[in-house]
Amino acid sequence: MSIVNTLVRRELSSYFATPVAYVFIVIFLVLAAAFTFQLGYFFERGQADLKPFFDFHPWMYLFLIPAVSMRLWAEERHTGSIELLLTLPVTLWQAVIGKFLAAWLFIGLALFLTFPIWITVNYLGDPDNGVIFASYIGSWLMGGGFLAIGSCVSAATRSQVVAFIISICLCFVMLLAGHRLVLDFVSAGLPQWLVDAIASISFITHFESISKGVVDFRDLLFFGLLIGVFLYATTVVIEMKKAD
Amino acid sequence: MIKIENLTKSYGDLVAVKDISFTVSPGEVLGFLGPNGAGKSTTMKMIAGFLSPTEGQISVCGHNVESDSMAARQVIGYLPEGAPAYGEMTTSAFLRFIGELRGMDPARLDARITEVVRQLNLSKVLEQPIDTLSKGFKRRVGLAQAILHDPQVLILDEPTDGLDPNQKQEVRSLIQGMAKDKIIIISTHILEEVHAVCNRAIIISGGQLLADATPDALEARSRYHQAVTLVSPAAEQIAGTLKGVSDVSKVEVEGHQVTAFPKAGKQIFAQISTLITQHAWSVSEVQLERGRLDEVFRTITMQGGRS
Repeated sequence: MSIVNTLVRRELSSYFATPVAYVFIVIFLVLAAAFTFQLGYFFERGQADLKPFFDFHPWMYLFLIPAVSMRLWAEERHTGSIELLLTLPVTLWQAVIGKFLAAWLFIGLALFLTFPIWITVNYLGDPDNGVIFASYIGSWLMGGGFLAIGSCVSAATRSQVVAFIISICLCFVMLLAGHRLVLDFVSAGLPQWLVDAIASISFITHFESISKGVVDFRDLLFFGLLIGVFLYATTVVIEMKKAD
Repeated sequence: MIKIENLTKSYGDLVAVKDISFTVSPGEVLGFLGPNGAGKSTTMKMIAGFLSPTEGQISVCGHNVESDSMAARQVIGYLPEGAPAYGEMTTSAFLRFIGELRGMDPARLDARITEVVRQLNLSKVLEQPIDTLSKGFKRRVGLAQAILHDPQVLILDEPTDGLDPNQKQEVRSLIQGMAKDKIIIISTHILEEVHAVCNRAIIISGGQLLADATPDALEARSRYHQAVTLVSPAAEQIAGTLKGVSDVSKVEVEGHQVTAFPKAGKQIFAQISTLITQHAWSVSEVQLERGRLDEVFRTITMQGGRS
């Protein structure tokens, strides 16, 4: 545990040692505000909830989380420090989890810094704070899902740009799996159970059900499993591509 | 003690390391020599536990590198090729991070950091980000990281690459200073370095172990071993006379330089120096050759490449 802790602290401090962390947080907050007030008609709707704020999270994450995850392993491979890290008395799992947790905490921090909007909506009206809290948890979990996918992609390449683009593509598919666009396309030739399976991996479906305030165990399990599976895939990919 | 048995590493059809076996005991400084792409780094990566062997066993101080990996890593200090580090960290934060991952307790870590900073002259750059350091300092930070926990086994992949002559000398004396009770394996393609620090040398080419001997014994394999080289304006005339000496097998002339090679097992220096006085040749330089390591290296690795 203390090893994971040491790794998390190093990763987090390295985010803040360069301007990357500050640039990311500022862009995250500006985008979140822009979406909520401009595209989400936060004021015009006249409703005391944060639906217009959370509705855009999947789309913000689509671009912003690959920007965080792209460096997780691609940079280690590029500089060769992966060879140093994985010859220290650290297991591959500890390394993968440590890096993932640091990035996830970082996303959590960015998300936390949106709290003024929560205060605003409470000032203006009387929202259901339980729903908002659930939405925050759901959003963070969804961020973790994106991040785990990005971690796996990042492990497969030494180029951060490649990792960024492929992560966006994969996350886009995961996002839209439940959308008519994808389902109409696949439902033609596939049996119903498979179409249902594809629909059920959609991020948006699970996120929306959490952000309605219904914290269903299945939705939590979905994101938990997704993170677990992709982190496991990360360890497999690192092991496979060590020699390159 | 490092014990390597029938070590093989292949990537698909490409065999990078082919059935290598050897053991290294404490007190030995083993130089790994070989052309680029010979399998030196791959072998070192397997000993350090980064790559898994396709076949064969490696045990380090009694710990199998694969099945008892964490214990093996604790006794090894490893400097990967190019001395990678986390560039955005400062030297002191980086060393502290490595020590914490190695599970060193805070008091010992502090003491060891002070010690390695002194040994490698890092005090000036302690609070600088590693990215901003010169190549020589980066290399020394990498070395500091490797020796931080005072390991019994040191594996250094090209430790002096990119250092200036003074820094090379410092690193060499550092290695010599630690050599007494440790096992040190260094890879290099600088042959003079083998003489300077190693008491044993292994030559690898095409993934195969081609020679395993002391640097002196390797030099003795050179055709220049015990040869005598003279420099004189009358080179051609001297060469003619030397050809007549019974123990001389061959004489080569190159400009003003004459080299006489002895027959196997014979010494010719004494005879030649007598001849010089007898004939009153004007000779500006006489040298008894110890053998040329670069020539041995070329001969061995070229043969290995052909087979």
